Amino acid sequence: MNPLIPLFVVIPLAGAFLIMILGRFIGELNKYFASLILLVLVILSIYSLATTGENLSLYKVGGWEPVNKIPIGIYMVMDGFTVIVLCIINVIGFLSAFYSISYIKRYTAENYFYALFCLMVAGMNGVVLSGDLFNIFVFLEISVISSYALVAFGVEKNELEASFKYQVLGGLASFLILYGIGFIYWKTKTLNIADIKEVFNAGYDKSYYLFVQILMLSGFGLKAAIIPFHAWLPDAHSSAPSPISAMLSGVLIKAVGIYVIIRLFFNMFAVSEGMSVLITTLGTLSMVIGVFLAIGQWDIKRLLAYHSISQMGYVVMSVGIGMILVSRGARPEIASLAIAGGIFHLINHAAFKGLLFLNAGAIEYTIGTRDLKEMGGLAKSMPATSATSFIASMSISGIPPFNGFFSKLIIIIAAIMAKFYLLALLAVIVSIVTLASFLKFQRYAFFNKTDNKNENHIKEVPFPMVFSMVVLSILCVLLSLLAFPEIREAVLTPAIDILMDPGKYSSQITGI
Amino acid sequence: MIVYWLCFILFLVGLYGVITRRNLVKIAISLSIMEFSTFLFFALVGYIDGGVAPIVDPADPVKVYVDPLPQALVLTAIVIGLATTSMLMAVIIRLYRKYGTFDIREIKNLRG
Repeated sequence: MNPLIPLFVVIPLAGAFLIMILGRFIGELNKYFASLILLVLVILSIYSLATTGENLSLYKVGGWEPVNKIPIGIYMVMDGFTVIVLCIINVIGFLSAFYSISYIKRYTAENYFYALFCLMVAGMNGVVLSGDLFNIFVFLEISVISSYALVAFGVEKNELEASFKYQVLGGLASFLILYGIGFIYWKTKTLNIADIKEVFNAGYDKSYYLFVQILMLSGFGLKAAIIPFHAWLPDAHSSAPSPISAMLSGVLIKAVGIYVIIRLFFNMFAVSEGMSVLITTLGTLSMVIGVFLAIGQWDIKRLLAYHSISQMGYVVMSVGIGMILVSRGARPEIASLAIAGGIFHLINHAAFKGLLFLNAGAIEYTIGTRDLKEMGGLAKSMPATSATSFIASMSISGIPPFNGFFSKLIIIIAAIMAKFYLLALLAVIVSIVTLASFLKFQRYAFFNKTDNKNENHIKEVPFPMVFSMVVLSILCVLLSLLAFPEIREAVLTPAIDILMDPGKYSSQITGI
Repeated sequence: MIVYWLCFILFLVGLYGVITRRNLVKIAISLSIMEFSTFLFFALVGYIDGGVAPIVDPADPVKVYVDPLPQALVLTAIVIGLATTSMLMAVIIRLYRKYGTFDIREIKNLRG
């Protein structure tokens, strides 16, 4: 029993309600309260990252002990992969909440904003910590319902339309997931991920198993916006307030989409070649199509949202290559390299895409438009925004000293070593197109000359916004340290081990 | 077996409504139909023919009980469904105030 685990859900959940109650009495201090809550969570998650390592710790909700080694209560599990995603959620969450202190002044009802924000973080922490399928569904709904409300927070035409689209597709995804859970429960009579694995190991009907896998993949694929399911993402992510866009793009699609797909397909289902080829294909499609949809965009946040689809494609493709190799049982060292590349890119994407959305928010905050054609010459008047967005742009396009370069390099090397030459070539091409698209962003937003009359009024954004952007840009540089073998072994290897070893996760949970 | 197929047909009815209806409220209703087909399926998973409510009676040990867990899950899912539906309806009301129509063909600011 690890007493820290429930705190990740309890603190933001209690915080959400406290903000609503205390908000009436403490007035101005209220807006620092959400940042404070998230700062506590950041400290807890970094402490967990430092202490977890190879261990796997459990929390049994309500103290229900297993009977005959069959788990009956709800389990919350923390392992090497969970802590990485927890760190992403809470660090980006803290920086976005701190950024909101200045940004959210444009809206009314700040209390509701921070309460929903904390609720969303609580839901995502719950999804990644949960070791129980139905519990994953419940926490997923908590986080997506608050994100529906947050997308519509501006209550203007575009926001409401985007939120409606997001809700219809999100609802569809939830029903598919619920059906999947129902079918799994029908055959296995258990909801614990580790226990389901054990039951499926004893034998299963092949076509039934495939059907359940497809249901789960399409449900969580819709949440993760992998390409045939991507229609809601550009609208929702571009219409939300900027700190929320940073949370949605940087964290939500990873925590409730990619993380759950990786967790279920490695640790619950036995990895099969057909499924892993399907996942790799979907990943490659999103990588290629996403970037070509992005290149024609003139709205900054829409451009960034399409790039999210493309960058998530890298992650899914890389993990998919790892799955193909695991299912063939050949060359585990290359499989672990591919999965390492995928997880590394997942971490990096949170940093640079979060930063880019915060930059877009800073531009919108200052000049009040998101259209690239109406900007220009901002580099002189907004030095901090300009410098940080340059770092983020170079990072996402994979230019050497920054983190994006190293993760893309690992992915491409893994693809070449696994003899998927076409995928490696596509990854390079997509990276070049990404660079082109971000050079356009840099040129039109910051360097182009403009005939803007009120140029003298444009000045740098307030301190909280600058602080968040600078911290994220420092992270963009520092995260490239993960490419070094010693640090990689300390952080990424435990996550890869738990995913690669088919029986480790389930035997450790049912064995405790 | 036929009852499972009926449940699946109910799901398809909802899906058909979401795809073909043009009225926002009708889309919300279709989503609710899909939702309830899911709940019905869960209740069917737990149902055992001839089973009774799972209240264990020591005097009569040979009873067949239905599985109580899916019912607990459905209750949770219904509460979640209530939250999503009310959220959706709130957004629909706001949309109506902004656009003055429920017709989805006229609500198309976001393109590309």
